Parts: sequence; structure tokens; C-alpha cells
Amino acid sequence: MPTWPGFDAMSLLRSDLVIIKEWITPGSRVLDLGCGNGALLHALHKERQVEGYGLEINPKNIVSCLQLGVNVIQSDLDKGLDDFDDQTFDYVIMTQTLQAVHFPDHLLQEVLRVGKQGIVTFPNFAYWKNRIQLGLQGKMPVSRALPSQWYETHNIHLCTVKDFQQLCRARNIKIQEKVILDHAHRASAPITFLPNLLGQIAIYRCQRDE
Amino acid sequence: MPKSIPADSVGLVAPQTAHFDEPIELVCGQTLPHFDLIYETYGKLNAKRDNALLFCHALSGDHHAAGYHSMEDRKPGWWDGYIGPGKAFDTRRYFVVCPNNLGGCKGSTGPNTINPKTGKFYGPDFPLFTVKDWVNSQKQLMDSIGINQWAAVVGGSLGGMQVLQWAIDYPDKLRHALVIAAAPRLSAQNIGFNEVARQAILSDPEFHGGHYYEHNVVPRRGLMLARMLGHITYLSDDAMRAQFGRDLQTGRLSYDFDVQFQVESYLRHQGSSFVERFDANTYLLMTKALDYFDPAADFEGGLAEALSQTVAKFLVISFTSDWRFAPSRSTEIVKALTDAQRQVSYAEVESSEGHDAFLLPNSYYTDVLNAYMAGV
Repeated sequence: MPTWPGFDAMSLLRSDLVIIKEWITPGSRVLDLGCGNGALLHALHKERQVEGYGLEINPKNIVSCLQLGVNVIQSDLDKGLDDFDDQTFDYVIMTQTLQAVHFPDHLLQEVLRVGKQGIVTFPNFAYWKNRIQLGLQGKMPVSRALPSQWYETHNIHLCTVKDFQQLCRARNIKIQEKVILDHAHRASAPITFLPNLLGQIAIYRCQRDE
Repeated sequence: MPKSIPADSVGLVAPQTAHFDEPIELVCGQTLPHFDLIYETYGKLNAKRDNALLFCHALSGDHHAAGYHSMEDRKPGWWDGYIGPGKAFDTRRYFVVCPNNLGGCKGSTGPNTINPKTGKFYGPDFPLFTVKDWVNSQKQLMDSIGINQWAAVVGGSLGGMQVLQWAIDYPDKLRHALVIAAAPRLSAQNIGFNEVARQAILSDPEFHGGHYYEHNVVPRRGLMLARMLGHITYLSDDAMRAQFGRDLQTGRLSYDFDVQFQVESYLRHQGSSFVERFDANTYLLMTKALDYFDPAADFEGGLAEALSQTVAKFLVISFTSDWRFAPSRSTEIVKALTDAQRQVSYAEVESSEGHDAFLLPNSYYTDVLNAYMAGV
């Protein structure tokens, strides 16, 4: 997870973590793209006996990962996943990273080349509070999920729940499971009906549609 | 010279020598009837004997990794910045062992020691040894000290290659492998530089086929040239530009071949001071050990298969401006380790100081080592 100024990594991670942890079969091999401070891999290793690696570019995060004993490989996701062979991981996880890379489309396909399944989370740009800030106030949204000002954000490819699902359809990616969380990071009942409006964080589990 | 010993120094240290009376068979097929390894240790071996770190030195390094031999020493050991109380390799926690490699010229059996068969210096008759031979001899040292398993084996450059060989040859004898500024084998360019260095020595009229000891001379010019060439490959273009630029010694061009640019003066100084502390036959042999290193060659599946039998947890570190063993060489090792599903972390340290960066102060490098060593 990138560390942006004001980014509340732990509270966001906890809600991601709980859901992702449920999805992951114990003992599987995981690659975590943009693994941030390593908290997710650390928890998966401790509680799910998961083995694998985190890829991360930020030196501060690399040091945090090493402190946690997480296997971290310093690398630039924009350069792709060429160093990994096809289908070598059970899961490739990308939490809050998709919107910060140069080629999200390409990286998503790389995720499903290297991993048997992909788990992707991102901030839903169509969340109603974002819409109010943009639509009524005429300003780029700033919130807990999008903490940075437009001029300092790492997010260069923000998308919505609808956009992501459209991309999956266009690329023959099958969504197996999704959870959309509201501002309190709960999956409440109204969200089921209006995920693109009420959801702040989107979490998907997907795989290639053979 | 230190006026007083810094608080984070291992202090005044003295080397010891281990004698090995059993013959050691080398990869080249030759055997040394017996051999000595000179080594230094810092810190204390604990009661469980499980806190020992082995440091493997690089091409021109030796057993003096940290501290001072006397209050007259101008500089401490070669990795003093990282070994000592409170440093990355904390001697309050670890027992550090650093030998001078077999074939070295600082007190271990090598070309400048006496061949028991002839009663004369080994000189050019010293067998060509390999990284594998070094690891085997270090294993004997390990046994003689009474260490069953290293907490970590650590090395930079050629030292990093020894770490790889350790992990492959004695998988259960180390828990962690720190491979710094290394490569899984030399490139044609690397071998090319080594060959020019060797030719400089071999073509020096004072080399006398390697028997220069008996003539009471040293192939001074050859060894100096070899070191000057090598030194350029240890620095980056940027570091040389920053340190010397085109600055002149006297402020004007003299239209002759005397030293004019400061970089010339620096390289000549590096070359001539190297001659005082290093042996030409050892230099020849060490460059050959570098050239021959290729642990993947013994395995059909290449490096990943070679590393698939390792059990150690790896930390691989490279430096952005290192062009002798560039970051891409380190990522070859990382890729082989991930392909083999081994435990590995990798850090690419931003530095303008070229290959030498692994010996120099750097805050990210220090943070990485500190963070990793906390879990060793």
C-alpha cells in the first residue's frame, strides 16, 4: 500500500485484510503487488501460513517489510512482472495499487498470467461523496480513501466500480467474488443495490475466463 | 590514526591463525598437503554457538574487516562502517568471523608462503583455486572454531559469490545469506577487464614467471596498472566526475605525459599503494576465481536449480550506479531464487558511488541491513 501523506494505512488495511484473508486458502503462494509496509503479507503468513513475496518500490516500505520479516523485492510495477513465470502463484494481490500504476490494464492481465487468481482493491471514484465534491463543489475529491490533493496524489488512473467491471468483461476476466465497502468499511445492505454510488472501497477476486 | 578508539568500534583487534593438517583437494584436481587460514573475530560466541556470522571478503580484501590493529593504523578494517557495537552487524549480539581466503597474501596459505615440497615460495606453482575451494576451506575453519551453523554468511562482490556458493554447497550450515553487489557469474566484459589486468602483470619484466620473490623484486608496474584499471570499474562515471572533474594538478596543461589531471594522480596513488599491500600472484589467482565462478554450470536447470536446494533466507542488495555488477545482475539471482520458491528479499540502493558503494556509508543501505539483521 502506498504511503501518501495523511493516508490511514492501518484502518484501511484492516478492512481489506479481513476480507482478503477469508478468501485465501491456507498454505497458498501469494504475490502482493505494491505490498506497502508488509502488514498484509505478515498477517497472511502468520494466520494463513501463506508463502510468497511482496513487490514494493518505496524504500521506507521496504525497510518496514524487512522489519516484519516479510520477503520483499524492490521493483517497479510499471516495468511489469516479466521476472515471474505463468501461473506460479495461487493469488496475486493488488491492494490500492491499480490506480497508481501507468498501465493498469496491462498489469491486471499480468496479475492473471502470473497468478491463478487475482485479488484487486481500489478506491471507487464514483462514491457519492466524491461525486458531491466534483459535481457540486467542482473540486477533485479528497477523502479518507483519497487523502491527497490532486497535485501530489500517486493516483493517476482512478476508476469506478462500473469502469473496472467493464474492463474485466472486455478482457475476458471473470469476477468470482466482490465486496464493496462503504465509508465505514462495512458491506451494508444498500450497497448491494447501489455499489457504484455508495461504495468507497471495492474488493474483487477474479480469474481468467477460459 | 585514531586518537582514541570510537565507541562503536570493535577496538584493537589481533588476527589468529588456524592450521589444517589434513590435505585439501581443490576443484582443479591439485591438493594442498596442509594449509593455514588467518582470521579475525569480533564479539563473543554464545553458549548455544548459534550467533556466528561469516564475512567473506572481496578481490582485494582480507581478514581485517573491522577495528584497528594498532593506534598507529591510519584506517580501520574494510567494513568497519557496518561491523561493531550498535552497527548493522552488531558485535554485542553476534560473533563475527572473517578469514583471509586461501591463496590470499595476508597470512593465509598462498603464493607468497613456503611450498613444503620445495622449501621455496609457492609463487606461480600455487594451484588455481575456485570460490568452491574457498567455501570448503572456510567450512574447515567453521568446524575448527566449533560452529555448527552460521546465523548468516555475508559478503559483497566476490564475497557475495562465496555466500551463494555456501548456500548451495552447505545448505543447512547457514540460516541467512546476504549477497551484496554480486553477480551469479561474470559477464564477458567483466572477464575482459580481468584479462587486461592479468596481462598487465604477466607482461611486466619484473614478473619473472611468478618467481619474482627470488629476484627480490615485485612486478610493480603491472600490478599498479591492474589496480588502476580495476579501480575505474569500482567507481561510477558520476562519482569520478564529482570527485575530480577535469581538475588539473598544477592549474595548467604541461604538454607532456606527467600527471596533469587529478584523476591521473589519484589512480596512480591507488595503484602504487596497492603494490605495497598486495601480491601479484594472488591478484592473478583471485581474478581467475572470479572468472571461473558459475555455480549454475553444475546444474542442468541453471541457477534456479542450483539454488533450489538452498534453505537459507536470502537478502540480495545492489547499488544503482554499480556497473561492474549492475542491479540487473542481482535481479538474476533474485529471479532464480523466486523461481526456485526460496525466501528472498531484494533492495536496490540509490547511490552514485558505483561498485564501491557496498563499502561506503549510505543511510538506506544501513536501514536495510539493520531491519534485516533484526530478524536474524
